[in-house]
Amino acid sequence: MSDAAALELAPDAAPAVAPPLLAARGLAKRYGRRTAMADVSFELWPGEVLAVVGESGAGKSTLLRCLSGQDEPDAGEAMYRRLDGTAVDVLRLGDVRRRLLLRTDWGVIHQNPRDGLRFGVSAGANVAERLMENGARHYADMRAEVADWLMRLEIDPERMDELPHTFSGGMQQRLQIARCLVTRPRLVFLDEPTGGLDVSVQARLLDLLRTLVRELEVAAILVTHDLAVARMLADRLAVMRDGRVVELGLTDQVLDDPQHPYTQLLVASVLPA
Amino acid sequence: MIAGYNFAYLDEQTKRMIRRAILKATAIPGYQVPFASREMPLPYGWGTGGIQVTASIIGRGDTLKVIDQGADDTTNAVSIRRFFARTAGVRTTERTREASIIQTRHRIPETPLREGQIIVFQVPIPEPLRWLEPRERETRRMHAHADYGAMYVKLYEDIARYGRIATGYDYPVVVNGRYLMRPSPIPKFDNPKLDRLPALALFGAGREKRIYAVPPHTPVKSLDFEDHPFRVESWRERCALCGSGSSFLDEIVVDDSGRRMFVCSDTDYCSGRRAKRSGAEAA
Repeated sequence: MSDAAALELAPDAAPAVAPPLLAARGLAKRYGRRTAMADVSFELWPGEVLAVVGESGAGKSTLLRCLSGQDEPDAGEAMYRRLDGTAVDVLRLGDVRRRLLLRTDWGVIHQNPRDGLRFGVSAGANVAERLMENGARHYADMRAEVADWLMRLEIDPERMDELPHTFSGGMQQRLQIARCLVTRPRLVFLDEPTGGLDVSVQARLLDLLRTLVRELEVAAILVTHDLAVARMLADRLAVMRDGRVVELGLTDQVLDDPQHPYTQLLVASVLPA
Repeated sequence: MIAGYNFAYLDEQTKRMIRRAILKATAIPGYQVPFASREMPLPYGWGTGGIQVTASIIGRGDTLKVIDQGADDTTNAVSIRRFFARTAGVRTTERTREASIIQTRHRIPETPLREGQIIVFQVPIPEPLRWLEPRERETRRMHAHADYGAMYVKLYEDIARYGRIATGYDYPVVVNGRYLMRPSPIPKFDNPKLDRLPALALFGAGREKRIYAVPPHTPVKSLDFEDHPFRVESWRERCALCGSGSSFLDEIVVDDSGRRMFVCSDTDYCSGRRAKRSGAEAA
């Protein structure tokens, strides 16, 4: 199946009325002579969750890093539609405006909570920091909002003033999600959000994430090697191999009726539940 | 003046380099200008930054006052004052009013400074964002983007832990509505004095190799929250020596049984008030 054919698959059969939130075209990245990512194109609609799956070294994280401004691709464009309806190429936005976008419209959830949290300050301060970065200067109001978000992520607000290292791994990850969602982003980048958690904790976290993502209608790009996570959270699925998207389509369609030989291999390699 | 040394110890080339840094710092209020800090004949942390700034701006007609925690008669103040008396042969004074240059560690004098005076601060750590961001590259970028939201995390933590902003000294300020600045470890009591100060304020950090400045009459605002506004400390006591109720007081333990007294930290201000009072009594 060609990439062009795959791109025809919109989230629903009817032609999409709203323009895409993010449209990537021909993204490429090389590290020296090695190609990490080549000719990656996709579109992401508002409120949609797109999972990027593939084995280690397939270019999933490179894609995420390039889109979220942590790395710079060599070629391509990524047009992002802002709240006012204008589209900007986030790859050529410049440092100042990209950082502004990252603070206001976007959120990044890292695999390791240590990359996304400040461990030297309390849990409440970690969440409030996002609010303060966006200009909140009223302490009592911030406390109320932080407490509300901790509750939504099933963290006891009583523990608001404790340091994150006293939290369990799953709680740290939920704290990171609270910190990210408190400013109501329109687009969230998730990098293996359940990596390193045991299975039962993973399931609860996924359940919570799915509820929140639906409720807030936030669009998300989810990088994972776990097909079960993708099946649970994602509307559409992109399969990457050797830096290229080999298959892209509705999640259940790709997983239940894989077309590309590599996808077939990938799906077949999952142990039956 | 002792022979064998250039006027004010530093060679002219070095002074010109430091003056250029001072000019740039004054042109961009609150911005930290890197400079090639020299070895000085005193250890880091004793005022190597301040002493280099003073050496670069001092002239034969200047009158120098040096204070350490407000006092003119402590080791650091006496040593630096004598250093310039010997290497530059300038007049020195303990009177704030008579001084044209005041080098200070940890205080701004109580007597209001006036136009034409220069106050030189000794700075241990110039970077206000250092406590939360160890990477210099990153803090510079935060300054460039005026990305200071993270600084409020510190205030937030204070209130969460102690119910109020507990930072008592080196309280962060925004200079001229743009750059976040550490006012050196002065008590927050002195922060309001920096706001629209008629004198020029120069800050020298010798070990960290940075100079920054607040030009005369520049707005300086202390960070705070809307529902936890910036407040300076106050005392129920008055100065036991001069009776002042409006100056910064030091608490001093006076005997083994734990008796204590409160006295002005600014010795010149205190003795001036006492002299005035005894003069009035005599008359």
